[in-house]
Amino acid sequence: MLRLVAARLGGAAFVLWAVATLTFFAVRLIPGDPAEAILGGPGSQASAEAMASVRAEYGLDQPLFVQYLAQLGRLATGDLGRSYALKMDVAPLVFGQLGGTLVLAGLSLALAWVIALVLATWSTRGGRLAARVGSGLEIVAASLPHFWLATALIVLFSIWLGVLPPISTVGPAGLVLPVLTLAMPLAGFLGQIMREPLLAALESPFVLSARARGEGPRGIRWTHAIRHAALPAISLSGWAFGSLISGAVVVETVFARPGLGRTLLNAVTVRDVPVVVGVVLVVAVAYILMTLATDLASRIADPRLRPAP
Amino acid sequence: MSDLAVQAELGLGARRLAARLPRRIGIAEGLAAALALFLVVAALAPQLVAPGNPLAIDPLSAFQSPSAGHLFGTDESGRDIYTRVIHGAGNSLLIGVLATAIGLGFGVVLGTMAGMLGRVVDFSVNRVLEVLFAFPGLLLALLVIVIYGPGVATATLAVGLSTAPGYARIIRSQLVSVRSSPFVEAATVQGLTPWRILTRHILPNTLAPLVVLATLGIGQAIVWATALSYLGLGAQPPAAEWGAMLSAGRTYITSAWWMSFFPGLFIVLTAVSATALGRAIERRMRHA
Repeated sequence: MLRLVAARLGGAAFVLWAVATLTFFAVRLIPGDPAEAILGGPGSQASAEAMASVRAEYGLDQPLFVQYLAQLGRLATGDLGRSYALKMDVAPLVFGQLGGTLVLAGLSLALAWVIALVLATWSTRGGRLAARVGSGLEIVAASLPHFWLATALIVLFSIWLGVLPPISTVGPAGLVLPVLTLAMPLAGFLGQIMREPLLAALESPFVLSARARGEGPRGIRWTHAIRHAALPAISLSGWAFGSLISGAVVVETVFARPGLGRTLLNAVTVRDVPVVVGVVLVVAVAYILMTLATDLASRIADPRLRPAP
Repeated sequence: MSDLAVQAELGLGARRLAARLPRRIGIAEGLAAALALFLVVAALAPQLVAPGNPLAIDPLSAFQSPSAGHLFGTDESGRDIYTRVIHGAGNSLLIGVLATAIGLGFGVVLGTMAGMLGRVVDFSVNRVLEVLFAFPGLLLALLVIVIYGPGVATATLAVGLSTAPGYARIIRSQLVSVRSSPFVEAATVQGLTPWRILTRHILPNTLAPLVVLATLGIGQAIVWATALSYLGLGAQPPAAEWGAMLSAGRTYITSAWWMSFFPGLFIVLTAVSATALGRAIERRMRHA
């Protein structure tokens, strides 16, 4: 187990280095002079002296390779550079926003799991019609775009019923609609993935022998079969987490909720390159850690994946 | 046994698919197919189902709620939402299809390289894919947009590129399993050239499942591309594009819910019918 974790950490380190390299060179593809971008874009009509001083300040007069090494060195010490538009360091900005987005994504992932489990177990028990309805609901839920679902929920709960705030205020009430928006489509995906292994498990010999030992249908469903249904969904939770972060871009914008996604969108709109790169790097780190965690979790849930003693 | 006989005996995936199509069609499949047909007609010949002009303004009849005259109501300039939604089908479907084509194109090239060109290439391509997977969902698309600037073309490219790694991985695993199957062994024993084995035996059996992937992918690509337009990074108002229309309707959400509801409804319907069709094709292929 320890060796496996070490190997995975090595792989994660490689991916991180590659992500940093890729973003560094991708940014060089941006047409135009970076010094001009720092000074406010082509409209700013910056003087030659100002451009020269910015080049010296940001090291843009150095050879590309030197700039690249300097960038890697800065990243290794947790320095993500300075925002063009906000004139502040990127690292405190990004880490300040990270918490809110992680809470949003974590709650949504948990709720999606609950909805998917309940839907899958209910619809595999209730006969053919329930199965049809269940899988139909899952397909529709998985097809709901976040921005539209968010709008529909606001119209329903904030404007017509008036029970929940349309803007994500501080406090638990403001979290309900954003979490619902992120969780419902994800629950559709997870439910689709759980359904087939759940059905297969319910028809397998070990369920029959559990029945023969006198276990009730509920016990079988929640102790034996659920393990099989959960496995593919656990290994997909890394992907799910990534899709939640990407969904947070939309959801945080619609509900005017501060967070990483909204920071990213604002930065993309004004082409604030250091902030975009900073957010992307932090999300990549979070994503890699999450994939690592789900990998280990599937090994714990599935004894077949563990190495023989 | 000749090359042809082996093929006839085992049946190519694509041919098997065609032979299975005229079977009993379920209600859900029929509905999905009818919906898809309607959307394609709306995309190719919008005038047939909505004869008006999607950009014609009529300030006197602004913000009308849905009625017999204006099926889906009107927007802030009195433009008919139904006409705009139907005329938007072309834009939205085209973006979805092109993005899927771009994603599949890169996916096929990368996946084939990984699956066919030996262990070194396989290893390298897999590492590249791992790196691309570290930019989840819209993040890769946003990075592309920051480099090339917003717009319809960039949004399409961005969505295509961000779906490519997923396709590549599926195609690679498909190739690896087909490559080790008995009929490829038979072809090798017959002394066929590797190129012929690849193009005549391996690729056709790998690409048939792509029909399913592409159908499922178009729905998802449309959702993503409209999300970019909604965020103001793709198609711009007053273009009749679903994401842009939704974005424009956001301002009037408290008074004119229909401005946001109907474009979104069509995005959902498109995605649902694409998913249902993809699933139906998949089932038929599996039971073939």
